[in-house]
Amino acid sequence: MSNTTIVELQQAEKKYQGVTAVHQLNLELRQGEVLGLFGHNGAGKTTTIKLILGLIAATSGQIQVFGQDPTLSEARNLRRKLGFLQENVSFYDQLTGLEVLQYFARLKGVPKNSCPGLLQQVGLSEAAKRRVKTYSKGMRQRLGLAQALLGEPKLLLLDEPTVGLDPIATQDFYNRIETLKQQGCTVILCSHVLPGVEKYIDRALIMGQGKLLAEGSINELRQQANLPATFHLQGDTLILPDHLAAKARRDDTGAHLDISLHEKMTTLQQVVNLQGLENMDIHLPSLEDLYTHFIETHRNQETAL
Amino acid sequence: MNAILAVAKKEFYDGLRNRWVLSICIIFSVLAIGLAYFGAAAAGKVGFTSLSSTIVSLASLAVFIIPLIALMLAYDGIVGEDENGTLLLLMTYPLSRWQLLLGKMVGHGAVMAFSTVIGFGSSAVMMGLFSGTTSWSELLAPYAVFVLSAILLGWIFIAIAYVISTSVSEKSKAAGIALIIWFVFVLVFDLGLLGLLVGTQGDVNETLFPFLLLLNPTDIFRLVNITYFAEQDLTGLMAIAQQTQFSMLFLFAGLLVWLALPVTLALAIFNRRGL
Repeated sequence: MSNTTIVELQQAEKKYQGVTAVHQLNLELRQGEVLGLFGHNGAGKTTTIKLILGLIAATSGQIQVFGQDPTLSEARNLRRKLGFLQENVSFYDQLTGLEVLQYFARLKGVPKNSCPGLLQQVGLSEAAKRRVKTYSKGMRQRLGLAQALLGEPKLLLLDEPTVGLDPIATQDFYNRIETLKQQGCTVILCSHVLPGVEKYIDRALIMGQGKLLAEGSINELRQQANLPATFHLQGDTLILPDHLAAKARRDDTGAHLDISLHEKMTTLQQVVNLQGLENMDIHLPSLEDLYTHFIETHRNQETAL
Repeated sequence: MNAILAVAKKEFYDGLRNRWVLSICIIFSVLAIGLAYFGAAAAGKVGFTSLSSTIVSLASLAVFIIPLIALMLAYDGIVGEDENGTLLLLMTYPLSRWQLLLGKMVGHGAVMAFSTVIGFGSSAVMMGLFSGTTSWSELLAPYAVFVLSAILLGWIFIAIAYVISTSVSEKSKAAGIALIIWFVFVLVFDLGLLGLLVGTQGDVNETLFPFLLLLNPTDIFRLVNITYFAEQDLTGLMAIAQQTQFSMLFLFAGLLVWLALPVTLALAIFNRRGL
C-alpha cells in the first residue's frame, strides 16, 4: 500500500429533493487499498459510488478522484483508469459476449485483442461467440466483471459483484481482487454483507440512512463494537469454575460462554487446563455480527430520539 | 469522433441482428413494387403504371409508414439503455453524453437510410428492368428525390423519438408518447388545417396558408414529392399547397431545419437528465 491518495471525500453531502441520501461523508482511500462498503438498500452506498464516479455532483463538500473533481469534463480521460460494475446490468442481448466486450473496449480505448484473454479469465471463453440472450445470470455477471477489468484499471468500483456467482467463481473473483491489489489497484466493494469477504478487505465502511455508522479494519470494528467472543466448550465431565459457570449457557452440545474481547486471553488460559474438556471452539464476532450490531445500535438511537 | 463511430457501428449491428434492417427493407420493397405493379388496379388493369403516379402514391403511403417505423426503431434508444443499466455504465466510460446520443442517432439513421435505399431502390430496379414505358434515365432523378426525402423524413422522426426517449423514465411511457406524436403529425395536423379551412369557409390568408404546412415535416415531405410531379391530380390539402410553388431547395432546407430542431432539443434534454 503506497501513500498516494486515490479517492478523497470531504464532508460530501448529496440531497435529492430535500432528502439527504449521503450525509457529510469523509473518506480517504490510498492506492492498493480494498474497501468494503456495506449497508442496507437505501443506505447511501449507490449514491456514494455515483459521487465517486462523477455521475452526480455533490450538493456540498469536496470530492477528489485521482486528484481531480470527477464531475468535470477534464476528468473524462481519467475514466480510462477506472472500472465499474453495477448491480443488475443486462447487456445487449443481440450481440455475442465477445462483441459486447469489444464495444466497451473500443469506447475505453483499449486494444480489442485483450478481449478474448479477459473472457478467458472470467471463464467465458466457451460462450464468447454466443449471444448474451442465452447467458445465465452468473455469466452476465462475469461478463460485467470482464468489462470492469478492461484496460487494467487503477480504481475498481464493484456493486454487488458476487451476486449470482457460484462458490468457485466467487473464490476466483476474490483471488483476482487480491492480485489486482498487489498490482496497486484500489478497490471498492459495495455490498450487503457477504460471508467470507472480511479476509479480502483492508477496511470496512458501514452505512445506514446516508450516515457513516462505523469505519475501520475488522479488528478496529471489533474493538469499537465491543461484542463478546463466544467460547463453545464440550466435555461430558466438564466442570466450570464458579465465575464462569454463572455466565454459561448450557445445551446438549455443551456450554456457551460470552467473553468480552479484552478478557479473551485470560479466559482462554483458564479454560484450556480444565478437567474434562474434550473440545473447544472460539467464535469471534464476524463482519455480519458487527454489521448487525452497528445497524441495530443506530436504529435504537433513532427510536430513542 | 471515434467514440461516436463506435456507438453508431454497434447500433447498426444491433439493427442487423434484431432483424430491423431486414423488416424495413421488406416492407418498403413490397410497398414500392406492389404500388408500381398494382397501382392501376382500381382502373381495371395491372402492370407497371406511369412513374409519376407510382411515386406520388408511394409518397402518400410512405408518409404514414416512415414516421411510424422511425419512432418504433428509436423510441427506447435512451430510456431502454437506462432500464438495462447500461446507460449508467456507459457514463462511467470516457464518453460524453452528446457523443453517446449522437452516436446512437447516427447508428439508427444509418439503419433507416440503408433500408430505405435498398427497399425503395429494389422497386426502381424492377421498374427499370420490366416496365416498357419507363427508361432508366427517366427513373433516376425522381427516385433519387423520393429516396432522399424519405431518408430525411425517417431521420427527423428518429430525432423526435430521441427527444421522447431522453425525456421520460419508462419505456412504456415513451412508446405511448411516440404513438401520440405519430398520430398528431400524420393525421390530426392535416385534419386540423382542413377544419380551419372549412370552419372559416376558406377565409384564410392565401399567402399564409401554405406556410402553415411547413409546420409539419410530413407535409413538407409530401410537398417535395408532388412538386416534382406537378402534373398529377391532387386532392385535399396538397391541392391548395400546389398553387404556392415552394422551390425544391427551400423544401429540403425546411426538412433540414426540422432535423436540426429535435436533434438539438434531444441533446439539451439529455444533458440535464439525471442518472
